[in-house]
Amino acid sequence: MKEYSFFPGCSSEHNASAANMETSVQSMCKMLDIKLNEIDDWNCCSASIGYAGGGVIPRLSLSARNFALSRQQQGDRDLVATCAACWLSMRETNERLDHEPELKEKVNIALKEGGLSYEGGIKTRHMVEVLIEDIGWDTMKSKVTKPLTGLKVAGYVGCQTNRPFGVAGDSFENPQYLDRMISLTGATAIPFAKKVACCGGALMFSEQEKSCQLTRDILQCAVDGGADCIVTPCPVCQLNLEVYQSKINQLFGTSFKIPVLYYSQLMVLSWGGSWNDAALHQQVVQPDVLKPFA
Amino acid sequence: MTYDLTFAKEVYQNSEEGHWIKMCMQCGVCAGSCPMGFLGAWKHSPRQIFQMVRAGMRDEVLGSSDMWMCTSCYNCIVRCPRNLPITHIIHGLARYASVEGKADPKQPTHLFAKDIFWENIVATGRVGEAALTMKLYFKDGIGEGIKQGLEMKDAALGMMKAKRLKPLPFRGKIKGYPGFKAMLKKAFELEQQKEGKA
Amino acid sequence: MEKKIGCYICTGCGIGDALDVKALGNIAAKEQKIPVVKNHEFLCGSDGIELIRKDMAAEGVNALVIVGCSHRVKTEEFRLGVTQMDRVDIRDKCLWILNVPEGDETAEEDRQMMAEDYVRIGCVKVKKMNEPHPYVAATPFSKEIMVVGGGIAGLTAALEAARTGYNVLLVEKEEALGGKVARMHKVSPARAPYNKLEENPLPKLLAEVKGNKHIRIVNNTVVQKTVGAPGLFDVTLKGNGGTSVERVGSIIIATGYEPYDPGKLEKRLGYGSSPDIVTSMEFEEMAKSGKILRKSDGKPAKRVAFSLCAGQRDSSHLEYCSGACCTYSLKQALYVIENHPDASAYLIYQEVRTPGQMEDFYRKVQNEGGVFIKGDIQQVSSTPSGLTLEVDDKLLRQKIKMDVDLLVLATGMETTVDTQDPNSASPVGKQVDDLPGSVLNLQYRQGPGLPSLKNNFPDSHFICFPYETRRTGIYVAGPARRPMGIAASCTDAAGAALKAIQVVESVARGAAVHPRAGDLSFPSFREEGCTQCKRCTEECPFGAINEDEKGNPLFNPTRCRRCGTCMGACPQKIISFANYSVDMIGSMLKEMEIPEADDEKPRILVFACENDAIPALDMVGRGRSALSPYIRIIPLRCMGSMSLVWIADAMSKGYDGILLMGCRHGTDYQCHNVRGSALAEIRLSKVSETLDRLQLESDRVKMVEVNIMDAETLPQVINNFVAAISELDPNPYKEF
Repeated sequence: MKEYSFFPGCSSEHNASAANMETSVQSMCKMLDIKLNEIDDWNCCSASIGYAGGGVIPRLSLSARNFALSRQQQGDRDLVATCAACWLSMRETNERLDHEPELKEKVNIALKEGGLSYEGGIKTRHMVEVLIEDIGWDTMKSKVTKPLTGLKVAGYVGCQTNRPFGVAGDSFENPQYLDRMISLTGATAIPFAKKVACCGGALMFSEQEKSCQLTRDILQCAVDGGADCIVTPCPVCQLNLEVYQSKINQLFGTSFKIPVLYYSQLMVLSWGGSWNDAALHQQVVQPDVLKPFA
Repeated sequence: MTYDLTFAKEVYQNSEEGHWIKMCMQCGVCAGSCPMGFLGAWKHSPRQIFQMVRAGMRDEVLGSSDMWMCTSCYNCIVRCPRNLPITHIIHGLARYASVEGKADPKQPTHLFAKDIFWENIVATGRVGEAALTMKLYFKDGIGEGIKQGLEMKDAALGMMKAKRLKPLPFRGKIKGYPGFKAMLKKAFELEQQKEGKA
Repeated sequence: MEKKIGCYICTGCGIGDALDVKALGNIAAKEQKIPVVKNHEFLCGSDGIELIRKDMAAEGVNALVIVGCSHRVKTEEFRLGVTQMDRVDIRDKCLWILNVPEGDETAEEDRQMMAEDYVRIGCVKVKKMNEPHPYVAATPFSKEIMVVGGGIAGLTAALEAARTGYNVLLVEKEEALGGKVARMHKVSPARAPYNKLEENPLPKLLAEVKGNKHIRIVNNTVVQKTVGAPGLFDVTLKGNGGTSVERVGSIIIATGYEPYDPGKLEKRLGYGSSPDIVTSMEFEEMAKSGKILRKSDGKPAKRVAFSLCAGQRDSSHLEYCSGACCTYSLKQALYVIENHPDASAYLIYQEVRTPGQMEDFYRKVQNEGGVFIKGDIQQVSSTPSGLTLEVDDKLLRQKIKMDVDLLVLATGMETTVDTQDPNSASPVGKQVDDLPGSVLNLQYRQGPGLPSLKNNFPDSHFICFPYETRRTGIYVAGPARRPMGIAASCTDAAGAALKAIQVVESVARGAAVHPRAGDLSFPSFREEGCTQCKRCTEECPFGAINEDEKGNPLFNPTRCRRCGTCMGACPQKIISFANYSVDMIGSMLKEMEIPEADDEKPRILVFACENDAIPALDMVGRGRSALSPYIRIIPLRCMGSMSLVWIADAMSKGYDGILLMGCRHGTDYQCHNVRGSALAEIRLSKVSETLDRLQLESDRVKMVEVNIMDAETLPQVINNFVAAISELDPNPYKEF
């Protein structure tokens, strides 16, 4: 069994927007004999718009507190995140505190108020990196019992899983790992020009119309390419692409109704997991196209 | 006078990653890489904002809503041939404008990011999505809130049905909340010292 | 010693499987009467080479026809000390370019015919060769190198040459050595990490030059005139109250640049309107004297603006970028910033161009706080507090005003070498003893200066031979050659020194310098046949041929590059080389077999330049692209050597079409001999007369430009031509 320290993030909480990701990731890990040990009493990473309220010290203190708790509870075990923004915030904190001693000193002064300290030495990993680097392509492929033959999927990597750090040394402009994951389940990854385009991210809340325009273009590209569904590793992307379809249809007179799934959901299903193991019952746009494989 | 360097030096000193601005070589790759640029969401691209900083255009820069259009897609960062952390520089300038009181408090992203999102975290230690949504809808008053809520009703109901949204906008604090709060208080003190506001 | 030819056919690389090698051997032995003909399955291997060596030792074989692969491969293996040799390529340019499907007898026959023709012409070629005898002059060759100009480039060139043991004559027109760099405060970085100002390197260099026993320094002196050729230059020096004649082997010109006259600039830049508007050179002297001050009132200059183009890249001034001005302005910006803690430097630019390693230096200046403004200065006005610049700021997209203490104009560079348009009529008999302003005053038939291509800079082949000029044995280094800064000038000077050494050594052996490096032949001329038409003296791309009063050519073999342009130009066919002649190529093309019209096997003669077209064809072979089996390739050393007689001969012989593949010419020429392909094109424009006389269509002869990188498109060019020719009736002369 492989064990990791786990930072689920706010959207993966019970009854939160990425509960379907959380459920399917847990099912996937069970099938791979991976144990995710959730950091007890973690706090929000402040995501991508935390900059406005917190300057660099408050912002990095938030993630530093999570590292401190992880070390207290689990030593120097690798810390795994599933959410793009969480992973990015944690990695950014890692890199900056390890390279800017002055900043680290100030963050530790703040952490001390809560009886904690940041020491570093914990590696931040994305769940996808764990799959590629620790599990391996061959193992993932060997798990497939119900290949999703004939299913056409638009692999949407999005932004923050891809930039600025990237996954497993893959390209920023045309990363391959997601298409490879789709292919190993037996599905077909269609050529997808909007693979790394931006969905508007957190600006969906404050600049809704502009973000909807970006999201519309991504959906349109998937539909034009003949995709049956879209697959992504990012909870914000998933939310914007799936939940805002009705709003987009209303704004632009389109009629999108395309399921938007997580890579983990596709894996679990192809590995013989049930509809509910894959959290496919937690979709807003119903993934009927997957019914034949359930 | 144009190209008086007082403001530039202020930004290099006080704004997060602001010192990088002097290294911009004005190639425009950031401008061509910004998803919001194609939508005409901003008047000045990142490189233009940087040149305005150098030119000493304090009010125009800090009062601009351009920085608040950043979706944090990090495209400019990975493409900048000079390796400038452009996304962070833009975030830093937005925050500096906010701290300096130059940013429009009603600018939607400013309002959401600072008053709603950040306060939401500070209140409990974690984001409560339901509370966040409610506050967002009601930011322009009750009437507007109900209208917006109704517009997004289908989506919200869908989310609740899928057990991905809490029916009630309430969540408890994290267990170590007192320590968490003390930590943030100290962090802000230190931040203000750094920003020259203590 | 009598010539005895050996023909060796390699059967390796699939040649033996694809071709009837016995038949090839019979062509050589029976038809061409070659006394020794042998096959070997691995000719370039040690056994194969041993076979040839044995025959040379035991049988007296002293001329070789090596049949196998392209002459561009296995060059070391076949370097057997034989001057009369041909490599017949039946692999790359026959086997590999033909698509022969299994069992297709016609295709197999065509391939065999091609290989047989190539063996034939290889034998003819070697039969027509003579042993070259290296040129020996009546007076001894000198190996001394003259350097004209004692600035940073000249001093470097002199020192580099002297360090390798060559004697150097360094001529400087001023009293003191050092040139412009002597006036400089500091210099931009020449070594890693390329971000620090460096101390002026001149004092150290000067001490080394003065202390080197191989260097003779002559100051206060200019060159009055230059007579002769590489190894034999007789230079008249004038200075210190008299003249003297020195014999030198080669010449390096390092006379540097003249800054563009700021008085010619537009009024908007304000030069002359205020003492606080200065040129870069003036600012450099201010910095050297430690006085970065406003000249108007002596107050410290804390805000200094630099105009990074001041007339450059402007068609009404200097059309070109001077390459070094951005860098030296960066350097001067650092003077300003390092001079006062609160100083600011503004660099107003079109584009910042920092070639070489200077990108890091650019970053350094940015990091130190230099402010870069893309825009044009529209007006400068003097106010009591200093200067006010009005700038069209292209980044802010508005017109702005800024106050500065000083404005520095980074003016561009003009060459100090006298040059001439190579295409203009050249003065004959007007050589003068003294020509002020001319660096060398060459007593050459084609004029006293160096040929230029554009912007008055002396020209050299822009890709392959950047250190060259169009005058053999004369090299230009530093900003006299093209605009450049100090570091580039030093590299340039070292390069020129190497070239200068190379030429004196080659001349001493009687050998050519590139592109036919090592060639021991040189043009010989049958004087009684000359009609004084002067084509050879006018066309020689290197100005190698002078004229006597009657217009007879006077060859200077050590200036010659053996391109054969004179040979191709001569209507009397009286110029030839021991290893290359009109008769040789003419005999080769006549020796090939032309099938009868009824056979429906047209023949297309391809004259291909050895420098670019032949390598491109080799790449076509390596890529196994299919070409028509009807082509027959004859390599020419340069299209310039192409004689119109060959066109007439080929047409009379019955070839259906002729394709000439020469290098690109014009402003971006790639001809290794500068003008060879251009001259061939001009000659060819007169070919319609020949074709009309023979009553043939002018479409039958075509010239194309082939670049060495054209392997991908070349098959289409060739095959389209073959297809077009096949549309025409067969050449009626086949029947005669």
